[in-house]
Amino acid sequence: MKSLTFRGGIHPPGYKETTAHLEVEKAVEPSVVFIPLKQHAGAPCQPLVKVGDRVTVGERIGESDAFISALVHSSVSGTVKEITKIPDATGGEVQAVVIESDGLNEVHPSVKPAGGIESLKPEEIVAAVRNAGIVGMGGATFPTHVKITELKDKKVDNFILNGAECEPYLTADHRLMLENPEDIIYGLRAMMKAKNSKNGFIGIEDNKPDAIKAMKKAAEHYPNIKIVALHTKYPQGASDQLVYACIGKEVPAGGSSSDAGVVVHNVATAAQVAKVLKTGMPSIDRITTVAGNAIANPKNLLIKVGVPIKEVIEQCGGYSKTPGKIIMGGPMMGIAQYTDDVVITKGSSGLLIFDEEEAKIPEPEQCIRCGKCVEICPVNLQPLLISAYSLNNMMEHAEKYRAADCIECGSCSFICPSKRPLLQSIRVAKAAIAEKKRKQSN
Amino acid sequence: MEERLFVSSSPHIRDENTIQKMMLDVVIALLPATLGALYYFRINGAKIILLSVLTAVASEAVFQKLRKQPITINDLSAVVTGLLLAFNIPASAPWWIPVLGAVFAIVVVKQFFGGIGHNFMNPALAARIMLMISYTGHMTSWVKPGADAVSTATPLSFVKGLTEVPGKAPKLFDMFMGNTGGCLGETSAILLILGGIYLVYRGIISIQVPAIYIATVAVFTLIFGQFDVYFMVYHLLAGGLMLGAIYMATDYASAPVTPKGRIIFALGCGILTSVFRLYGGYPEGVGFSILLMNIAAPLIEKYTSPRVFGEVR
Repeated sequence: MKSLTFRGGIHPPGYKETTAHLEVEKAVEPSVVFIPLKQHAGAPCQPLVKVGDRVTVGERIGESDAFISALVHSSVSGTVKEITKIPDATGGEVQAVVIESDGLNEVHPSVKPAGGIESLKPEEIVAAVRNAGIVGMGGATFPTHVKITELKDKKVDNFILNGAECEPYLTADHRLMLENPEDIIYGLRAMMKAKNSKNGFIGIEDNKPDAIKAMKKAAEHYPNIKIVALHTKYPQGASDQLVYACIGKEVPAGGSSSDAGVVVHNVATAAQVAKVLKTGMPSIDRITTVAGNAIANPKNLLIKVGVPIKEVIEQCGGYSKTPGKIIMGGPMMGIAQYTDDVVITKGSSGLLIFDEEEAKIPEPEQCIRCGKCVEICPVNLQPLLISAYSLNNMMEHAEKYRAADCIECGSCSFICPSKRPLLQSIRVAKAAIAEKKRKQSN
Repeated sequence: MEERLFVSSSPHIRDENTIQKMMLDVVIALLPATLGALYYFRINGAKIILLSVLTAVASEAVFQKLRKQPITINDLSAVVTGLLLAFNIPASAPWWIPVLGAVFAIVVVKQFFGGIGHNFMNPALAARIMLMISYTGHMTSWVKPGADAVSTATPLSFVKGLTEVPGKAPKLFDMFMGNTGGCLGETSAILLILGGIYLVYRGIISIQVPAIYIATVAVFTLIFGQFDVYFMVYHLLAGGLMLGAIYMATDYASAPVTPKGRIIFALGCGILTSVFRLYGGYPEGVGFSILLMNIAAPLIEKYTSPRVFGEVR
């Protein structure tokens, strides 16, 4: 009997009611887009266009020779105005191609269907995915073609799609599963063929019974694809926890999913794969949930890559209250922004606007050793100890208590009655440990 | 507008729980036993409870004021300590016993070691033992429940050195209800259990520690009493076992945080309590047992780190 969940975890309020019932709307056509040349984990792309060039929708504008990288395409047709640095939603700055749209959305001639699953060879599917610049759309943005390439030494029998959407507020995946379940199944089947995997699983939290139903219906003719209803608990969608819930296997600490004979992708990534096979259109847009208590009209929007978030906010009726915090992603693992000049990228699952009250950072008090962080840590760490060692700069001890195994889900900081910055200090320890490892290997 | 955006490390939402709310839950859980103490020991009980709680809160405030630290009496942890200390004092004790005990608990055991979360022993229990050793007479002059303070013996003194319950010993029902000799808050098993159920329900304590502690004592006394169930139940209801197992051994700061550590801790408490009660010089052993295990807690914790998810050992 499968467990359908994992040990530990928390039950944050869902905050999903405001957007869960809202059909995905197409966002307004942007007049100018700022397309970052790095929207993925891995090496940044080099621009393939010059200022003054005319580009069309789906045209490749950035590429890299590195294996772990993802191509970048134009999301509009128009003229390249500038190649410049813009604020990166993941921190720092990123090089971006600024394109002024001519409003015509003329499609590039290279955009044509790759073909049906049956007619394509595994390596052709991988090539189509690579050429489309698809990345993990749950937020980790790891290049998808790398993960679906079959490796001789690591057999992956189980292919899992993540439809848990355990982050509060976010409903983008939920809407996708309701509105386009066929594409998710199609993309899953294509990726399974590429990776030569036998069994497909789609894990969905049981707070989305309608999505479970829709996906079950879409998968009914594929006996090797199972829809798994998971307990509603954060971080149910964390890769290793999802694997355990679906197939009862533990991914070895420090290893990757493929060490457990499994690979995990987001449902949105699968839909993107289906889109490129069916239409040839590369990854140039995505569904983003816009929510939070300081946005006038929360929405689920299909937004083109490169649109500044301030335009998205405007389209949602602007700020309803003075904004205190802007988060790209979910409230548990998303990244707080210092400016609304950042743009929507392939990994933007959510855009949250909090008012000043919600944004306030609570004053930490002393640790009372209640042990709640130990009880709920999904990887069985002792956050209170790692945090204390980190704050006292005792990184060897933090390492001994396996800080490096932290998945940064933030459950410990969430649950702490003393409002201690547990995850923040554990991140510091992780960085110090990684730095030490780097020095040792040099 | 950009200057006004908060930028911080994730997560961006926090649970609404606070130290104050947790401590308030403990106070609520102690309420039935407090009312029981007032009912059984009347004005003497009220006097000791008030003095103990007020002194605990006041000494925390004064100490923090003198040390120019933020005053944290609002977190209610001093109230809990004061209340628990009062529960550990007989109703006949003079006024300065709870006052001295509360100052010792808060200043020496709690604040000297860094305040909340840093006490290496349960403050109320450490104060009880200090008072017991220093003022044995005052701390062991038990009175019968009621306003007129007729002196009596505790249930445990009836069975000291015996393997069966003598005929003149208190009735189990009276011990269950609390109508017997003993410290203010330890006599009524039912009221303490009631509060314990509330704490478990609210997620303040896990049932593990009290359950294992009490079960261990049950097993030992059952064996020692040659499988006399009456003898076993008598031991479970007598003395400070319920108070200690539910409210003292579950103290956050002085017990291990690891799941396995908590099991070992509770087992240790149970074994030591049984040994002290059955073979020791004093009739009661709960206080010494928990304090000894408190001291062992860091060591236990060190060797009981849970297996990390996916870790291959």
